[in-house]
Amino acid sequence: MSASRARWLPLAVFGVILALLAAGVWLSRSPDRDALPSPLIGKPAPAFQLPVLGAPERLVTQTDLRGTPYLLNVWGSWCPGCREEHAVVNAFAKTGRVRVIGFNWKDEPEDATRWLAQFGNPYDLVLADYDGKAAIEWGIYGAPETFLVDGGGTILWKHVGPMTDATIREQLMPLVERLEAP
Amino acid sequence: MIRTALLALLLCLTWPQAARAQVAVDAAPLRFEDTAEERRFHSLVAELRCVMCQNQSLADSNAQIAHDLRREVLTLMREGLDDPAIKAHLVARYGEFVLYSPQVGPSTWLLWFGPLLLLGAGGVVIWRVVASRKQAAPLPPDDTETW
Repeated sequence: MSASRARWLPLAVFGVILALLAAGVWLSRSPDRDALPSPLIGKPAPAFQLPVLGAPERLVTQTDLRGTPYLLNVWGSWCPGCREEHAVVNAFAKTGRVRVIGFNWKDEPEDATRWLAQFGNPYDLVLADYDGKAAIEWGIYGAPETFLVDGGGTILWKHVGPMTDATIREQLMPLVERLEAP
Repeated sequence: MIRTALLALLLCLTWPQAARAQVAVDAAPLRFEDTAEERRFHSLVAELRCVMCQNQSLADSNAQIAHDLRREVLTLMREGLDDPAIKAHLVARYGEFVLYSPQVGPSTWLLWFGPLLLLGAGGVVIWRVVASRKQAAPLPPDDTETW
């Protein structure tokens, strides 16, 4: 090793460390940095049996939802992010492109009902997961979270955190269009 | 109603930036049948990571989802699943992230063997520096120095 190369080596090492640091800072800028990749993408929707909000005697299972694609939106009246997201979900439901199904997570039924009355109900159907057992099957760990499931019951997409108009436009719509294509 | 409103308010005050939220924690503690079950449970939840809070184990976390997952782990234990099966059950739902020591695989080999590679690379550099110094002629003694 020549003397000049030996002299530049520490600087080169410093440069590499600096680049790694910059990459770390750059990656941590992403608002989705806390989002875990779901292992359920491409897999069948997990088994569950849940009552419908407001009609506890009516039980719905994953096979009942098959036939046409649906968007499963996880929310709770206790969740500030869901409140923030709700206008976006309302607007998307109005387009009628895909059924929107609510997954009311660990909520008091009367709180959930009041919340929907106050802010609007975009859901075809709201499933109530009072004890959080079904949420574990879906790998849900916070609210809001949203899944897109196709007519055959396969999970195509998951979004963690509040959806925005940009999320709908850039991520969800291309998938919906692919589902609608003959 | 008032209780829920207060809890929501508390959540807003203590966690103003949180876009994603957790429900208030329910206090019902887990009950164990015997000390063996309790010991097994504690060692298992210490090896699992809380999915909500990044740097806490399932044992340490007070998040609602951690409460739910601890209950789930205990239920699975009572259903007769062994430790690897319980871990696999959670990995199938939440991904590798839930394990504090991830399995050796294509996506984790750098994590496992990276430090060893780095150590090897450092060793090679030191070896080459030492070898090149041996080749260089020793410095002549400097008589002008007084110390």
